[in-house]
Amino acid sequence: MADRDLVLERLTKRFAGFVAVDDLSLTVPQGSFFALLGPSGCGKTTTLRMVAGLEPPTSGEIRLGETDISRLKPYQRPVNTVFQSYALFPHLSIFENVAFGLRRRGKKNVKADVLEMLELVELGQYADRKPAQLSGGQQQRVALARALINKPEVLLLDEPLGALDLKLRRGMQIELKRIQTEVGITFVHVTHDQEEAMTMADTIAVMNAGVIEQLGSPADLYEHPATTFAANFLGQSNLVAGTVGTATGNTLELDVHGARVTAADVSSAVRSGDAWVGVRPEKVSLVSPGTSPAGTNALAGGAVTDVSFVGVSIQYLVRMPWGQELTVFTQNDGVHPAFDIAAPVDLCWRPEHTFVLDANQDVTAGVELEEEG
Amino acid sequence: MSAAGAPVAEAAVVLPPESEGRNRGWTGYLLLAPGGLWLIAFFLVPTITLLISSLYDPSGSLIDGYTLTGRIANYTEGISEYADTFGRSLAYALAATAACVVLGYPLAYAIAFKAGRWKNLMLVAVIAPFFTSFLVRTLAWKLLLGDHGVIVDVLQAVQVLGPDGRLLATPFAVITGLTYNFLPFMVLPLYASLEKMDLRLIEAGSDLYASPLTAFRKITLPLSMPGLVAGTLLTFIPASGDYINAELLGNPRTRMIGNEIQDLFSAGALPEAASLSVTLMALIVVMVLFYVRRAGTEELL
Repeated sequence: MADRDLVLERLTKRFAGFVAVDDLSLTVPQGSFFALLGPSGCGKTTTLRMVAGLEPPTSGEIRLGETDISRLKPYQRPVNTVFQSYALFPHLSIFENVAFGLRRRGKKNVKADVLEMLELVELGQYADRKPAQLSGGQQQRVALARALINKPEVLLLDEPLGALDLKLRRGMQIELKRIQTEVGITFVHVTHDQEEAMTMADTIAVMNAGVIEQLGSPADLYEHPATTFAANFLGQSNLVAGTVGTATGNTLELDVHGARVTAADVSSAVRSGDAWVGVRPEKVSLVSPGTSPAGTNALAGGAVTDVSFVGVSIQYLVRMPWGQELTVFTQNDGVHPAFDIAAPVDLCWRPEHTFVLDANQDVTAGVELEEEG
Repeated sequence: MSAAGAPVAEAAVVLPPESEGRNRGWTGYLLLAPGGLWLIAFFLVPTITLLISSLYDPSGSLIDGYTLTGRIANYTEGISEYADTFGRSLAYALAATAACVVLGYPLAYAIAFKAGRWKNLMLVAVIAPFFTSFLVRTLAWKLLLGDHGVIVDVLQAVQVLGPDGRLLATPFAVITGLTYNFLPFMVLPLYASLEKMDLRLIEAGSDLYASPLTAFRKITLPLSMPGLVAGTLLTFIPASGDYINAELLGNPRTRMIGNEIQDLFSAGALPEAASLSVTLMALIVVMVLFYVRRAGTEELL
């Protein structure tokens, strides 16, 4: 544990009538790019505001290394924020906006620092403009420069790219990641955009209803979701009801509507009884009935009900004998056979791509939320 | 073929904007007309009449008529005779404006940011006095500040005022009256400019190491400047020409220039009154121009 990690311990925020953040504990390693990912209203922004000092926690502690900063005023914390709406000072020039923090801390010759920071965000020639004269992407970079110039120990980013259009957003994601690597400051990034979180962050905490559902690297979260919410909110999942037969080590044998399914390399706590058996749509192959390769999990008796040609891939909806529709993404590489609507198919995938989730969860958790975002 | 077609197409493209532009021009003037006529009849004409009257020979009278002799001495005499009164008027108006800022800014700030669901009620409370006549309200202050009123009794009891100290008929009473009467003109523009301010800017300031006081000085105050300038103008200008407050709450030594002008007009001394009015007007215009320049809010004018 590095000595300036950001540690949240049993952090709770109660507003009149509801709990926004519920007993949340979290360690953000120093120098990492950390994303808090969740749908709107999940408590991620409240968590960020508590770290910034803009919202007092109801209970719990926020520490930077060994220093407890929970009771410090926002202007006393070595933490700066890039606000969702940027909140640039409209009456000040870009230069003065960026210089604001330095001047408040009594620094005299700010000119060189400010110009250097404006160069970093490629806005050198705009120093004399007012914020209203800049485009959204430029304003975003001013907000970033205004926070970064103070060399905070932690930089908080509250949906910083939310107001930008898709193309600009992609560009800024790469830019942000580059700047973070360059300055080496801990970034805590709040977003509802799972792709944004996966592209930039080293570690993602998936938040829902005030608690962290799962925490891990983007690949880990995606390949091994621990809850139905994580499985549905990060990408898409096929979740099918099953029953655990035998459990040996980290390999489970399950019964899924009469078919035998093996889940290899699972870290699931489920060892017996009912479970949700999950697999990502792109991990599934469609094959003609009865031609599943040996050693794969196979669900037989499907019928294609919908084909969407996306270009790089083809998305199929397949109705299974028990009535459920499963999603399959097939790469449009000319190797995988294409199927037409109503074609009978079997679904197969490798055992290590199977994940097993607790059956006592809402199978649709996180589905509709993602569509909203 | 394309060469032959081009001019036709061009003409078709060029014509509509021209006719549209002409229409728009007429609509503009039409909309301006009522206000413009009103201003000509009730502002421009009276102002010119006032200017002309100020240059009459003062030996005439309303009954015998005046002769326009272009007598500049009306001004020099007026200024030298009433210099004290001018000074007093401006001083009272300045004091009242300052008092309005001190009372009005926190009030406007509270209504804009802290009032919550009481916001509308508080705004109504600010405007409510307008439902009663200016005169009646000023007369009410006469009672409040009267020699045996509650305020004087209390202040005498706690020894702030001596046993024969009084409030009524003092400069304090006149300034209090002016402050009271023009306070809404300070509060409303201030409220309007504070209310539209983004509170997240304060959060951003505090995130960038500004203490609450610094955040106010560096963010809130500059952003409310247009409201503050508008409020001070709306308070200072009418207050410096006011005569009701000095008449009802003051004494012969607290007379403002408005009182003198009013008396001169009543006494039929038209040229003197007119020249004093024009002088006051000129003074105010010069001061306002200087002030607005300094405050950097030229767009208000």
